[in-house]
Amino acid sequence: MIPFVETNSLVLYFGGAYNYSMKSYQKNKREISPQQLPAKIIRYRHFQKYTGLYFIMPWIIGFAFFQLYPFLASFIYSFTNFNIFGKPKFIGLDNYIRLFTFDPDFKKSMGVTFAYALIEVPGKLIFALIVALLLNQKVRGVNGFRTVYYLPSILGGSVAISALWKLMFMKEGIVNDFLGTVGIPAIDWLGSPHIALITISLLQIWQFGSAMVLFLAALKQIPLELYESASLEGASKLRQFVSITFPMITPIVFFNLIMQTINALQNFTSAFIITKGGPLKSTYLIGLKLYTEGFNNFKMGYASAISWVMFACILGFTMLIFRSSSAWVYYQDGGAN
Amino acid sequence: MQLFTYKSRKLFLSYIVLILGGIIMCYPLIWMFFAAFKTNAEIFTSKSLLPATFSFDAYVAGWKGAGTHSFSLFFINTLKMVTPTVIFTVISCSVVAYGFARFSFPKKKLYFALMLSTLMLPNSVIIIPRFLLFNKLGWLDTYLPFIVPAIFACYPFFIFMMVQFLRGVPTELDEAARIDGCNASQTLALVLYPILKPAMFSAGLFQLMWTWNDFFNTLVYISKVEKFPLSLGLRISLDSASAVAWNQIMAMALLSILPLIIIFFFAQRYFVEGISTSGIKG
Repeated sequence: MIPFVETNSLVLYFGGAYNYSMKSYQKNKREISPQQLPAKIIRYRHFQKYTGLYFIMPWIIGFAFFQLYPFLASFIYSFTNFNIFGKPKFIGLDNYIRLFTFDPDFKKSMGVTFAYALIEVPGKLIFALIVALLLNQKVRGVNGFRTVYYLPSILGGSVAISALWKLMFMKEGIVNDFLGTVGIPAIDWLGSPHIALITISLLQIWQFGSAMVLFLAALKQIPLELYESASLEGASKLRQFVSITFPMITPIVFFNLIMQTINALQNFTSAFIITKGGPLKSTYLIGLKLYTEGFNNFKMGYASAISWVMFACILGFTMLIFRSSSAWVYYQDGGAN
Repeated sequence: MQLFTYKSRKLFLSYIVLILGGIIMCYPLIWMFFAAFKTNAEIFTSKSLLPATFSFDAYVAGWKGAGTHSFSLFFINTLKMVTPTVIFTVISCSVVAYGFARFSFPKKKLYFALMLSTLMLPNSVIIIPRFLLFNKLGWLDTYLPFIVPAIFACYPFFIFMMVQFLRGVPTELDEAARIDGCNASQTLALVLYPILKPAMFSAGLFQLMWTWNDFFNTLVYISKVEKFPLSLGLRISLDSASAVAWNQIMAMALLSILPLIIIFFFAQRYFVEGISTSGIKG
């Protein structure tokens, strides 16, 4: 038999703290003080301490250069009159003041963006939840249905689909054709300032697939006993949904709500391709305003200010949802996660 | 005799709703497929889904693209942009995820929280300084603005996804590898990579789709037509002609997303698993 101490140091030497199990440590209370350890082991332990850091090093570098630096830089730019051609000059809050007082386009785009998020996010989540509930029954071919419903989410962000949408919703396009056969008069989907935003939102709502997959996964995790005991007590289906299903999936509702809101506030492609922000700027989302100022007019300082207002809005909404979550999100384990 | 019980009648109704819904969901794509075979006039006048004759004229004419640049170029450019981006994303994110999932090191919690918070960092906030930075580095009109961030694991979504996956893999495996004489990198390469494969595949697929479809970033970073990927190529065909040849646009639009559709049908399991593992709490 090898004496305890030796086994310990052997383990330490070859395996390090890595596989130095607590159990054997507990058994052999005799501890080795750092002074007793050979230098090689200490070096090894030191290496161990930083091994993980070496692995995440690429991310640290990338984070610093491509995320943190741009994040801080855009904040600083937002207080300057920086454009690509001249030297930037510090102008204090002028950009922000101009945005909120002299720039009617900006105010318009804020309103449009909020209206858009207000239509798109609930629309998407409601469809996602309904389809997930239908698929959560004992239907055959769940995989097939899921594939079909998920497909638009894969393609939806592309220019190709935006072009398709534009063609379909033209005055003489197939959507109006279809409405005509049902007897509904043609709607000016893209030309009317009141409706164009809805047309754009429909494209996003059509992509409810990823939210649906998340809902479906959450629904599958609800223990069936809950429903059994509820129906024994005579609870109706609606009652079961309100008291069991919905509370159990609120963490996913919460997650979807946050992710979809962040995405909605940043939408760009569909409005840019389909309506170019028109008619009468009714689809002039804040992303388009940012692009115009930054990359058409090259007012980098001004555009940075827009991006920071946008960031503040996203942060505000996220915080609002987070704050409200304690009132309606239910965690089975009491929120340990 | 009652043919349908209450339960099966309800299920039957669900099937009808699901099938109808599925048709509505896919109809635009099906219509797009047939529209590409129609003549331009037919698209607007004919009410039938099927074209009068199947003609490939739109494909031939559309492929020529706008001006001197054909869609062959746009396809090749897209591949040049997407391939390295996907490969580097998968490698770098899995390495970083391994660091986060398997080691403890000083300030790990802080780094992890930072990484998660960048999940919510809007691209629009960082796009302007990034543009200026890439401009200074001479990276505009190249694909480096996509590839270099991929090398440095700037995609927190995938890191998080793989961390979640690794948390489900028992650490005994690593320990066994260690005892057999693997160092930390060998453990990752020889023991964990084979297990991590599905998660890496998911990450690669998502990155493929996102980069392939990306419009905003390509619009900002690439302005030379010779460097245009499909998204920008489609857009110039859409904007250049005053009377848009919609059948050609539909033909090219369909071709541009066809690879994605095919990949999706073969690998849909990985997409679903990908979002499920990253989305579920803890």
